[in-house]
Amino acid sequence: MAVLTLRALEKHYGSIKAVTGVDLQLEEGEFLAVLGPSGSGKSTLMRMVAGLESPTAGDILVDGKSVINVPPQHRNVAMVFQSFALYPHMSVRDNILFPLVSRKVPRQEHAARLEKATRMLGVEDLLDRRPNRLSGGQKQRVALARALVRQPELFVFDEPLSALDAQIRSRARAELRELHDQTRITTLYVTHDQVEAMGLADRVAVINEGRLHQVGTPHELYNDPADLFVAGFIGNPPMNLIPIDQTTIAGIRPEDMLVDPEGDIADVAIDLVVTIEHLEYLGSEWLVHGQFQPGDGANSKPLHVIARLPANSHPEFVTGQTCRMVGLRKNVCLFDRASGKRRANGRAGA
Amino acid sequence: MLRKTGFYCGIGFLTLFSIIPVLWALLTVFKTAGDMYSVGTVPFFYNEPPTMDHLIFLFTQTNFSLFLWNSVIIGVCVVMITLILSIPAAFSLARLTGSWGERSGMAIFLVYLIPPSLLFIPMYQIVVWMGVANTIWSLVIVLPTITVPFCTWLLLGFFRSVPRSLDEAAMLDGCGQFTTFHRVLLPQVWPGVGACAVFAFSLSLGNYIYAATFISQSAARNIAAGVPTELIRGDVFYWPELMAATLVVAIPLAVVYGLFFNYLVGGFRNAT
Amino acid sequence: MSTSQHSVSPQSAGRIARLGAYLDQPKVLAWLMLGPAVLYVVAFVGFPFLLAIALSLSDATIGDPSLDTFVGLANFRTVIQTDAFQLALRNSLIVTAGTLALVLVLATLASELLVHAFRGKRLFQMIFILPWAMPVSLTAIVWMWFLDSTFSPVDWVLLQLGLLGPGGVWGPFKHLYFLGNEWLGLASVIVADTWRMLPLATIIVLAGRMSIPEERFEQARIDGAGVFRILFHITLPALKPMLIVAILFTGLLVIGEMSLVQLLTRGGPGHSTQVLPYWAYLKGIEGGSLAQGAAIALCLFPFLLVASVLALRAAYRSQEA
Repeated sequence: MAVLTLRALEKHYGSIKAVTGVDLQLEEGEFLAVLGPSGSGKSTLMRMVAGLESPTAGDILVDGKSVINVPPQHRNVAMVFQSFALYPHMSVRDNILFPLVSRKVPRQEHAARLEKATRMLGVEDLLDRRPNRLSGGQKQRVALARALVRQPELFVFDEPLSALDAQIRSRARAELRELHDQTRITTLYVTHDQVEAMGLADRVAVINEGRLHQVGTPHELYNDPADLFVAGFIGNPPMNLIPIDQTTIAGIRPEDMLVDPEGDIADVAIDLVVTIEHLEYLGSEWLVHGQFQPGDGANSKPLHVIARLPANSHPEFVTGQTCRMVGLRKNVCLFDRASGKRRANGRAGA
Repeated sequence: MLRKTGFYCGIGFLTLFSIIPVLWALLTVFKTAGDMYSVGTVPFFYNEPPTMDHLIFLFTQTNFSLFLWNSVIIGVCVVMITLILSIPAAFSLARLTGSWGERSGMAIFLVYLIPPSLLFIPMYQIVVWMGVANTIWSLVIVLPTITVPFCTWLLLGFFRSVPRSLDEAAMLDGCGQFTTFHRVLLPQVWPGVGACAVFAFSLSLGNYIYAATFISQSAARNIAAGVPTELIRGDVFYWPELMAATLVVAIPLAVVYGLFFNYLVGGFRNAT
Repeated sequence: MSTSQHSVSPQSAGRIARLGAYLDQPKVLAWLMLGPAVLYVVAFVGFPFLLAIALSLSDATIGDPSLDTFVGLANFRTVIQTDAFQLALRNSLIVTAGTLALVLVLATLASELLVHAFRGKRLFQMIFILPWAMPVSLTAIVWMWFLDSTFSPVDWVLLQLGLLGPGGVWGPFKHLYFLGNEWLGLASVIVADTWRMLPLATIIVLAGRMSIPEERFEQARIDGAGVFRILFHITLPALKPMLIVAILFTGLLVIGEMSLVQLLTRGGPGHSTQVLPYWAYLKGIEGGSLAQGAAIALCLFPFLLVASVLALRAAYRSQEA
């Protein structure tokens, strides 16, 4: 049974539509990432779930019951803020105990719950410190412990890794996933970083300009994007989007681009003459950046294309040199140019 | 190098500017009357040995201690009333009244367009009518009119500077509006509360216009109105005692105010 | 996993809990918390203000303080025509303007110094704030003694320097009668007012100075600007809003202060150093004519209003810029 259901959710600020027509369901124990660029409405969506904003229209159901009129202090939702929002005047221990004190959980249970949460997050040594004496990573763990200690039904994360240094971010990401696997608390995770979303989530909801574009597993989003926005947003470097004719745009991932292939190739969907701009050596791979003239009839500017080559390929291109880049039909997605949506006959087909 | 000397010259000049009249006062406190009033000697030295007589006179033979005591009582009461009124008002404006409340900072100052020097005459009548004329309670009731707007404004700035995510975290943790206020927000603004307390206390010591208007009996006077009236008897000025009275009050106040200097600056930074 | 903590509504918790929840709503709580302060100010500022207007339109005296007779603007007419009032008005403006000019210059200088950390800053702050911490009437007494016509150390120093005394530039006398002379008296009041207001004005300007990002100055120095160019083209324009706030605060506090003049010069010689609030006090409380005193005091109001409106407009405009 769905822990969280959003139905036709809308939030308007005057004439600005921050969130429009969002339908979403989270199953118990699921980790769902809401992914979108700045201003996409993902934060607004999250705040409505937490109860910090009221929707203009639509409904929010927790465990089947509408919580629209329930203030945040009575919802069983725990939130971890981007800035961690630890109480500066309280010790770590008091910070973690605070939700139990505020919600009048019986005293006898405090010690046990505190112990469990601090052990799970490894913050036992920090209990007597003040927040201003903690590192970024430590603050995050304390914020997590504070959220956990309540045994909430739903966890909401607001870009929790963006305040951390880049080096510790990937380790923190792994620890978050492990924590989720241990506790199996239903989680709504809001981020603009698609690497985070793809790496952490069971399912990802891609949002832009207040609207959900696609909800699916990371695999589905990567291989079967529902429209041009998702195709261009997921993946780094992004999917190459090549106009084929007046009505169609073909999408192909950089790693599926064949550069100067030898011999006969069957089932070619894209065949380009590319002028090399520059090469990027990333240690694990090469990125070949080039330009080509789109042959879709209109007199347009040259478009950019990127191909990915393995590290041992040693490409020897020079700027200005031309090469041939080929995309096989099975690797190509077709999009309708006008609507941006994916055509039914996408991959692996005629 | 030039910048450094220029800097220290500036500091030196300001120090001298602030302190010279005070140093002269301090010198006077311990001078014997003979030394002080003799002409032809260098006034900056103790030509006769310094004496504690004037300090003793001040505390034993005048009503100064009584004025101090009155001022302390008035001060404490005014501080309490001010805080009880200002703290909730500032929180309400910062968090509960929406954007007009947050921006009402400057508007609060419109209250000061009607200063004590305008109100003291009708206020005198009100105080008489309330039956508290000539008692310290007249000041306790009226002085908060001067302290409350400023303290509300100062605390509004402090509350506004607390990030809203703290309120939201508290609400998600289970606090209602009022609990959020006293458990989470109020502890963040203690420095501001301290600054307000200092300001309110010093204002009640120092208020002259209401004190002089409402109270004519010596026993109920505060420092600001009592010292000039008591220690200037006709044309006779008890200068050393006057200077001693001034310094006994001013130096501790300056020390405390000095400790809160940075919070006062912070308060003005927050508020605009 | 989750324990059911859906205390979704406090129905079961009784009427007190329901009242608590009702009062805790932002809309209700806002007025509960703001109300007392607002009521207090309305009662003890708003109402007396109306009473002041009523008094000024009546013939009330301390002996007969009833408001039964309406005399229209007669009090204002009587009062405005006296020499004392005109001098008081003139002097109030002169003292305020003079103090503002001095205070702004010194406060800007002081704030330039106080942005930096230096050894002994704490002690300096205590010394610097002492003039503000001292109650005004006591400040007046200190300056009375400092400028005393017989024993002022300033006179003594000037005498030693040869500027006073027979043959000296400033007159054959050995003393300048600071407090007994019209212009020296006003100057003394201005100096004393500057002395006491400088700390507050500095705190205000310093708050503004500290909000200017250091990079702007570094950029200017790299671009080759010298100290004065930086001061006039970068610092002062950025300080404008706070300078306006400082003017407002300082102006309001100076124009409304009576104890300085009362103790330093007693308004004399004659009425030549009189100021409005002191004149109002003399007429109203010591002289007994409450109505006239109220009328004199109310004459302050238009100046305050105009000045504040101008200042607030200027402040908002420069904040939008």
